[in-house]
Amino acid sequence: MTTPLLSLQGLTKAYPGVVANDQVSFDIGEGEVHALLGENGAGKSTLVKMIYGLVKPDSGTMLLRGQTYAPPEPRSARADGIAMVFQHFSLFDALNVAENIALGMENPPAMGDLASRIREVSETYGLPLDPYRTVGDLSAGERQRVEIIRCLLQDPKLLIMDEPTSVLTPQEVEILFETLNKLRSEGTSILYISHKLEEIRTLCDHATILRLGKNVGECVPSETSARDMAEMMVGSTLQTPERSGREFGEVALDVTGLSVPSPSEFGTALRNVHMTVRKGEVLGIGGVAGNGQDELLGVLSGEILTTADAIKFNGQSIGKLGPTARRKLGVLTAPEERLGHAAAPDMTLTENAFLTGSVREGLESNGFLKWSETKVFAEKIIKAFDVRTPGPENAARSLSGGNLQKFVIGREVLQNPDVLVVNQPTWGVDAAAAASIRQAILDLAANGTAVICISQDLDELMEISDSFAALNEGRLSAPRLTTGLTVDEIGLMMGGAHGMEVAHV
Amino acid sequence: MLEKRPQPSKAWSYATPLVAVLATMLFGGVLFAILGKNPIEAIGTIFWDPLFGEFSFYYRPQLLVKGAPLVLIAIGLSLGFRAGIWNIGAEGQYIMGAIFGAGAGLAFYPLDAWYIFPIMVIAGAFGGWIWATIPAFLKVRFGTNEILVSLMLVYVAEQMLASVSLGLLKNPEGFGFPGSRNFQSYDSGHNAELIAGSGMHWGVVAAFIAVIFAYVLLNRHILGFHIRLTGEAPRAAKFAGVNPARLILFCLGLSGALAGLAGMFEVSGPSGVVSIDFNVGYGFTAIIVAFLGRLHPVGILLAGGLMALTYIGGEIAQSQLGLPAAAIQVFQGMLLFFLLAFDLLTNYRIRAARSEVA
Repeated sequence: MTTPLLSLQGLTKAYPGVVANDQVSFDIGEGEVHALLGENGAGKSTLVKMIYGLVKPDSGTMLLRGQTYAPPEPRSARADGIAMVFQHFSLFDALNVAENIALGMENPPAMGDLASRIREVSETYGLPLDPYRTVGDLSAGERQRVEIIRCLLQDPKLLIMDEPTSVLTPQEVEILFETLNKLRSEGTSILYISHKLEEIRTLCDHATILRLGKNVGECVPSETSARDMAEMMVGSTLQTPERSGREFGEVALDVTGLSVPSPSEFGTALRNVHMTVRKGEVLGIGGVAGNGQDELLGVLSGEILTTADAIKFNGQSIGKLGPTARRKLGVLTAPEERLGHAAAPDMTLTENAFLTGSVREGLESNGFLKWSETKVFAEKIIKAFDVRTPGPENAARSLSGGNLQKFVIGREVLQNPDVLVVNQPTWGVDAAAAASIRQAILDLAANGTAVICISQDLDELMEISDSFAALNEGRLSAPRLTTGLTVDEIGLMMGGAHGMEVAHV
Repeated sequence: MLEKRPQPSKAWSYATPLVAVLATMLFGGVLFAILGKNPIEAIGTIFWDPLFGEFSFYYRPQLLVKGAPLVLIAIGLSLGFRAGIWNIGAEGQYIMGAIFGAGAGLAFYPLDAWYIFPIMVIAGAFGGWIWATIPAFLKVRFGTNEILVSLMLVYVAEQMLASVSLGLLKNPEGFGFPGSRNFQSYDSGHNAELIAGSGMHWGVVAAFIAVIFAYVLLNRHILGFHIRLTGEAPRAAKFAGVNPARLILFCLGLSGALAGLAGMFEVSGPSGVVSIDFNVGYGFTAIIVAFLGRLHPVGILLAGGLMALTYIGGEIAQSQLGLPAAAIQVFQGMLLFFLLAFDLLTNYRIRAARSEVA
């Protein structure tokens, strides 16, 4: 048997209160694309941070081509040929591509030489990129290319990619996969982290599945069904949310010719958005992050005001009404960012329940707060949505992301909205909780609520929405019925490959 | 190493001020020892003598006289600070409150009527309010920085004070000396002690009412909730439907009105006259008091008392022990420094750094 490129043996890392990795062992062979699969919080990030030298394991060893490998810091991991593309890009918008790459290098060569090397590498691997373009003007897919090329310039033996496709359209994913396949054929190993099963089935040679910090199994993805892998990830059988055949009522929310300038410098302007949602209908809005999702939610919640007639609720113009007035009418929203937007981190759950619940739940009288009623409402949310917390007097920041998400969504769902707008409702939530949140949304719709679900998770949108539209640079495509939509059509609605040049491999 | 607590520690948030005072005594004592003074005697002079010493009958009323304006102003400031609205110009609002209040009273001179003092109170509050509303309006309308505008208006107010002391409000029977008529000899406009010799005047009453008002506002009223929410998570506040412009006008206006009241009570009572050197920095010291009291109404009440104590005790130490004024200021600075330093423990805990196995 040949020596594997990297062999992990019994890696363990504990943080106060949680064991992030417990005796994890597996091998990555030379020229292999190895998938690391697991839910949020399963310990994938901690594991790769140990490989990349950002975190030191409590116990266990790593062998790189048979030699002991214990990088004290990322710099020495890079020197040993390990490179990593992070999920969140660390690029400066105001600098150009070559300058950004030079910033991450130990001894950057002269700018001209670097630019020609960038061109050379980018053409070899089918990642066309102009070194002199400003990063602020690049699409998400192109930014990722910058990060990949930054890694490839080091000539890595192992490339770690953390959720690389979460910001890409299906067409952009295809381009990325061609590049990765070429790298594999040249003998570079890739550790590919994802929870998107179909991707892993097409790309990866082996998969290791983590659950609660433990290695719970390995498989050959191309020979395993997505459902089996999902059940290994979750550790139980999955429940598919039920959607009953629903009748749609009259139009509840009507948006016509909505245009809003970008509220901040790097935000997105909304351009001539049209949509209608009927009672009992779930409209799914897809799109790559940063194409106007936050702005659309702000416009619907009343944080950003528009012309009065641009948004109508049951025929009434509400474009100029603020958040409180809209809540009174029955238009509720749940933003994507939990800490700092949907909830105040240092305030208790009771106080956070009051934050949006004050109007509809009657939690104030003559401006005075009714703390005991508010506490009851907070406890109701905690109970109904299985929020894991010792009690409502705990600060919002003490909850894990998924638990806070359940609280934030539950707070709106329990207020019986007529229109509910949610942005990334299951982001960072484990599969079982995600299923219950989706079920709650579908139940609301069954009771006649008009729901708009903005999400980057296409599987989620296909699962719960009746019609689908996509945001692309602030424009909303015409909504189409979800049944019968193909992945290709969705990709085109999302803007295809965003004008990216196709890989020349 | 420091580790963030999942929850702010209740115990530490109460213990911090005490620990800070003890640490200040300890290090202050070292400082005084280096200066060649007996540290125990010096600390005793500052903290003990004003309260329980031989001449405490004279110093105790002074505590109320000095503490009341500090508390009154600091309460107003703390509401704005909680919402991230920084009124640095309370000194100017204090001066304007004094000018308006005194002006209203002197306009009636020598009429004797019960309604003169209430009118002066309203005029004083109005003077401070209008002076604080200028930066508020400019911020809402043009996005100017309220820190700079309110601070610059302090110097404008000081010029106005000099102008009226020498002109409009100058005592016609003052033999040409600058300064207004003395309210201590104009009964209808005099903010006299409610109980003779106690130091208790209407300003002290107003300070206590302000403490209770602020406590109820912050803990029971939606406006207070919105103030806290805006300070802790501005985006969440916007999501909750808070109108930032209205909040800015309210917070700056209210803190201005309270500072104006403090000025009015001072000019019509302990000070008695509008003069060029009327203001002694209460408006700036109140910023320290607000933070020393952790922006909490009850904390501010205690902090105002403590600050007044170190002022009076510091003066005694200067005159009796010959400590330099700078040493007293260093001592007061230490207090704020230790408070902020120990405050870290409310949100963080110290853990012995563990060497990690590679």
